[in-house]
Amino acid sequence: MIGERFDAIVVGAGPSGNAAAYTMAKEGLKVLQLERGEYPGSKNVQGAILYADALEKIIPDFREDAPLERHVIEQRLWTMDDTSYVGMHYRSEDFNEEKPNRYTIIRAQFDKWFSGKVREAGAVLLCETTVTELLRDTQGRVIGVRTDRDGGTAFADVVILGEGVNGLVGQRSGLRPELKPDSVALAVKEMHFLPREVIESRFNLKGNEGVVIEAMGTITDGMTGTAFLYTNQESISVGIGCIVSDLVDSDRTPYGLLEAFKRHPSVRPLLENSECKEYAAHLIPEGGFNAMPDLYGDGWIVVGDAGQFVNAVHREGSNLAMTTGRIAGETVVWLKRRREELSKANLAEYQRRLEDTFVMKDLKKYRKIPAFLHNNKHVFGLYPKLISAAAQTWFRVDGVDKRTKEKQIFKALRQGRTLPGLIGDAVKLARSWR
Amino acid sequence: MNTVDVSAAGPAVKVEERLFQNRYLVDAGRPHIKIRPHEAPSKALLALTHLCPAGCYSRNDKGQVEAVVDGCVECGTCRVVTAKTGEVEWNYPRGGFGVLFKFG
Repeated sequence: MIGERFDAIVVGAGPSGNAAAYTMAKEGLKVLQLERGEYPGSKNVQGAILYADALEKIIPDFREDAPLERHVIEQRLWTMDDTSYVGMHYRSEDFNEEKPNRYTIIRAQFDKWFSGKVREAGAVLLCETTVTELLRDTQGRVIGVRTDRDGGTAFADVVILGEGVNGLVGQRSGLRPELKPDSVALAVKEMHFLPREVIESRFNLKGNEGVVIEAMGTITDGMTGTAFLYTNQESISVGIGCIVSDLVDSDRTPYGLLEAFKRHPSVRPLLENSECKEYAAHLIPEGGFNAMPDLYGDGWIVVGDAGQFVNAVHREGSNLAMTTGRIAGETVVWLKRRREELSKANLAEYQRRLEDTFVMKDLKKYRKIPAFLHNNKHVFGLYPKLISAAAQTWFRVDGVDKRTKEKQIFKALRQGRTLPGLIGDAVKLARSWR
Repeated sequence: MNTVDVSAAGPAVKVEERLFQNRYLVDAGRPHIKIRPHEAPSKALLALTHLCPAGCYSRNDKGQVEAVVDGCVECGTCRVVTAKTGEVEWNYPRGGFGVLFKFG
């Protein structure tokens, strides 16, 4: 396919692949990047929130021309039952800063922009090219890839796999196991368009200010999962996701869950009269640290979703993807400068560097959370109902005295869950959180 | 097709109306997902009739599961769910084909 030999081949043009390709190309390495979509972003799905810090470490002045939607000044966390939500909202003028911390983005546009930077830095990008397998030498070292572009091959000293959650190339080459239904979530999402002034008045915003809502509760019908609603300039991204093994056991459809969330009395007015222009679905690897595969080997490194780099509790993924891509790229540059082989022993430097970052620290910190959430479904059904009932008892003024109301609230709690059960759940959560 | 969710309150939810918004470049005659011929589907394969977010899977009158993958959004759920039974052969569409997200 491409006769010349490359320093590195990057599989995929999402946040992790683009970060890796950019980092290496900028330092003068010969980089070939392969993307199966018609254009970078055409196969990629995210909520989406961009975390400035991770991108700033790659492209410090990205704010000058990146397609950003709104900077987030307000975060809403909702615990929902069928008719209510109990919310924790944090809004601060401090987020109206010169260099905002988080932005909503539209991935197809953002990925195109990022890819433009990668090509400006000198990488060669081939789209509409699906990598079908890794090529190895007689010692088993990865030396290149085969593609579906006329069965063409390409060779390099290292292959960086930023191939996303499904990661067929790495899996079929035996680099990592198949995803498990209980450690991956299926999310569905719609893009709803509204005039920007309507969005601004509904969410109390001015200029490019934005709001994000993360919600959990009876909306997932007892399954482990969450929903979201993000404000873009002239659209709202709305979606819901649940762990796949829970969806297998349920009889609900993903789009039925999304529709029910959109019809919730607290959500419906936010989306009223909007026009849906796209429906997407995507898997999210949520197994965390315990599901993490081998991250490197002789002639290869894995970055982003393919390596399970997602912090499900904090809904972070793209920043872990960009950071792992950047560090993979920096490790390759460092080894090439020292004229060292890109062997498994030398590429261990990638993992050593990752250990010093928030990526590995956070994933380790929350390593027990996926199992906790999987085994404690009360968090998604019973507790949201109890919290809502308690709030309603407390706020409704109906002639009942406050001491009696307190007793009613505690009685309802105890009826819903025994005292040892309540304490046990709290202790288990605290232990998993530590 | 089993693409109507009756669990949500209010009007029935059809997935086709959603997929109609999307852009696809269909690789005619070369579906990227194939179901292994079977007499009776496993629980996993059967679950795809409600699980697939694009409603690609349905049961025929013999109780077997069939797939029409033109509306596939390439999430990979069916691949993960049937990995153990091997009933679904899943590949990415050829480069350039399949869903084209305008927003993603």
